[in-house]
Amino acid sequence: MKTLIRPAVSLFVLLSVVTGLLYPGVVTGVAQLAFPAAAKGSLIVKEGKPVGSELIGQNFTEPKYFWGRPSATSPQPYNAGSSSGSNVGPLNPALVDAVKGRVEALRAADPGNTRPVPIDLVTASASGLDPHISPAAADYQAERVARVRQLDAKLVRQLVARHTEGRELGVFGEPRVHVLKLNLALDEQHH
Amino acid sequence: MTNHAWLLLGLYMAVLLLLVKPLGIYIAHAMEGRLGFAVRIEAAVCRLCGIQRDEDMDWLKYAMAVVLFNALGLFAAYALQRLQLWLPLNPQAMANVSPDSAFNTAVSFVTNTNWQGYGGESTMGYLTQMLGLTVQNFLSAATGIVVTIALIRGFARHSAAGIGNAWLDLFRATTWILLPLSLIFAVFLASQGVIQNFDAYQDVTTLEVTKYDNPKLDAAGQPLKDEKGNAVTEPATTPTQTLAMGPVASQLAIKMLGTNGGGFFNANSAHPYENPTPLTNFFQMLSIFLIPGALCIAFGRIVGDARQGWTLFAAMTLLFVVFAVGAMSWEQQGNPLLAKVGAGDTAISTTALIDGNMEGKETRFGIAESALFATITTAASCGAVNSMHDSFTPLGGMVPLINIQLGEVVFGGVGSGLYGMLVFAVMAVFIAGLMIGRTPEYLGKKIQAHEMKMTSIAILVTPLLVLLGTAIAVMSEAGRAGIANPAAHGFSEILYALSSAANNNGSAFAGLSANTPFYNGLLAVAMWFGRFGVIVPVLAMAGSLAAKKRIPVSAGTLPTHGPLFVALLIGVVLLVGLLNYVPALALGPMVEHLTLWPAR
Repeated sequence: MKTLIRPAVSLFVLLSVVTGLLYPGVVTGVAQLAFPAAAKGSLIVKEGKPVGSELIGQNFTEPKYFWGRPSATSPQPYNAGSSSGSNVGPLNPALVDAVKGRVEALRAADPGNTRPVPIDLVTASASGLDPHISPAAADYQAERVARVRQLDAKLVRQLVARHTEGRELGVFGEPRVHVLKLNLALDEQHH
Repeated sequence: MTNHAWLLLGLYMAVLLLLVKPLGIYIAHAMEGRLGFAVRIEAAVCRLCGIQRDEDMDWLKYAMAVVLFNALGLFAAYALQRLQLWLPLNPQAMANVSPDSAFNTAVSFVTNTNWQGYGGESTMGYLTQMLGLTVQNFLSAATGIVVTIALIRGFARHSAAGIGNAWLDLFRATTWILLPLSLIFAVFLASQGVIQNFDAYQDVTTLEVTKYDNPKLDAAGQPLKDEKGNAVTEPATTPTQTLAMGPVASQLAIKMLGTNGGGFFNANSAHPYENPTPLTNFFQMLSIFLIPGALCIAFGRIVGDARQGWTLFAAMTLLFVVFAVGAMSWEQQGNPLLAKVGAGDTAISTTALIDGNMEGKETRFGIAESALFATITTAASCGAVNSMHDSFTPLGGMVPLINIQLGEVVFGGVGSGLYGMLVFAVMAVFIAGLMIGRTPEYLGKKIQAHEMKMTSIAILVTPLLVLLGTAIAVMSEAGRAGIANPAAHGFSEILYALSSAANNNGSAFAGLSANTPFYNGLLAVAMWFGRFGVIVPVLAMAGSLAAKKRIPVSAGTLPTHGPLFVALLIGVVLLVGLLNYVPALALGPMVEHLTLWPAR
């Protein structure tokens, strides 16, 4: 046993320093030099003020904005200091009630729109910070946003198209619309 | 299953297949000390650390070294959490973690489980994440590699007293295999948007002011409840959003490559800072199977018969593909209850792309990449998640659960997957030997009473921990208090937690409130014995195998390569798994499935 202790302790200390201090330090150095914006969180800066991150979604409830995925973070939705999904099971009555409430809220904000509501627009994302919605979920809201903002629906749809990404390299992921960037672009229309 | 999902699965397996052979050969070289550039560095490290370079340890000394080394890790990871408030690199002034949670987390990261009862961005300072958790991500993965290499040496050597030098093996696995791969992967991840900094959390002014209900706290800081037990809230607003920061890319790289799975953030690889794009998602999925797959090839190399390695790889691949297809199909089917309340949309042409069960999934990954990730992370003992398994459909969620319960041998953890599968291979030749009336042998080594005893312990220790632990939890008040979802799903949450802990996976049906003294204690016991209750018998078997003579191949030898053995091996893995777990599964996901569909 005694012959084991010295190698155990010294090897543990050595590998801890290498993998726990040196390695993260080197990666930080390289990342900050080569990809400074990404390493610091891909912030969106407007008039010198950070207004969000390209990767993190924000909460939207006003009819003039496109709404994102429901968020289950607490205490407030889209709490980027405490990411979380809802973790409700498929048979949990709380899930059905929540989805029902969201469908009703969408319909109340847009009377007359009787199309079925795209599933991603009424189900909570895994992180609670999902920055995207599906093109269908954007299309569902386009008429409402155009009406509230008194813009041409065609123009709104053009903006949606401009902020829609396809599958990465044609294969990976799903087509999606960046909600925050789209809403920022909408606000700029009025200036 | 959609065409896109098939394409994705095919592409994934093709790229994996391309990568495992070169990496497997490199691993064999590195672990056998045949890297030219490494010799002088290793000599220097041996001098510095008092390691006798040419020492060949017997199995007992090897096992003691491994356990002692991991015990040191346990102590360090615990101490860092308990003292973090007074240590540097804690810009958010995260409080010292409670004793039970710190103990659970330390055991969790040392055993390569990386079960997380805490939320990363609201609990851990940067120094704890790096020097406590990142270090254990490396060292627990290295432990898996050295144990599997020791077992392989047991087959490869003959009439030998030792199975290798544990210190040198641990150093080689960490420095020559895990570190270079992690460096490359971390820089790639950072280039794609994964953050890497030591900054304080960043406040941004959001477009809209967020209105929400804030829970009221009493004087002790506990949430106030009304007489019905509901939380008392008051309306609140905030014009800002606080973005959690940290050295994520470096930890994320080894979290995936080491099949650790413990997220920097609470939402793990669903968090946009931890998995920003579909491309990072694809590479994260690849990195989970990369080393476990390559180790199969390294195995074939070291025992001098490449076909043996490919045979195990083929058995793992077949099991994996079946499970992946199942999970992707069931998640695509969606939740019939939601269609009833007006959600879900198959009618609009532009949408056909997103459909199915989207609760707890991210838009950029959709159904296919979420279900595929879930299958990979549980087939391997990774446990990272990019979607919330708790919200999966009953059968979609049963796939991860079964994957874990099969003992994490479908690629499995780094090292632990291969030594687990080799234990099943020994079991398979034993059963085959009984059927044809011959003394079982594997790779020229006679399988006798001692090997079968060790095999039995290694195979039975985890089901025992899972089923007993689940029974204790469902029978106790403290265990039932953690349940989040009603009815059968609540039982599944507990069964999943114990399965995940004892098999060192680390993913969860995360609705379960597991950060309580009861679960922190119970799960820590399951994790520790699920890890070292397998490692010690495996090393004991390695020792006795190494001492045996090699029997030459004869006409009566049962070949352990080729389709017949693949089928036999799969049969044994499934048989043992199903015999252990079907009754428990029937009470959870199966009953839930039968409730959900008629409810339509």
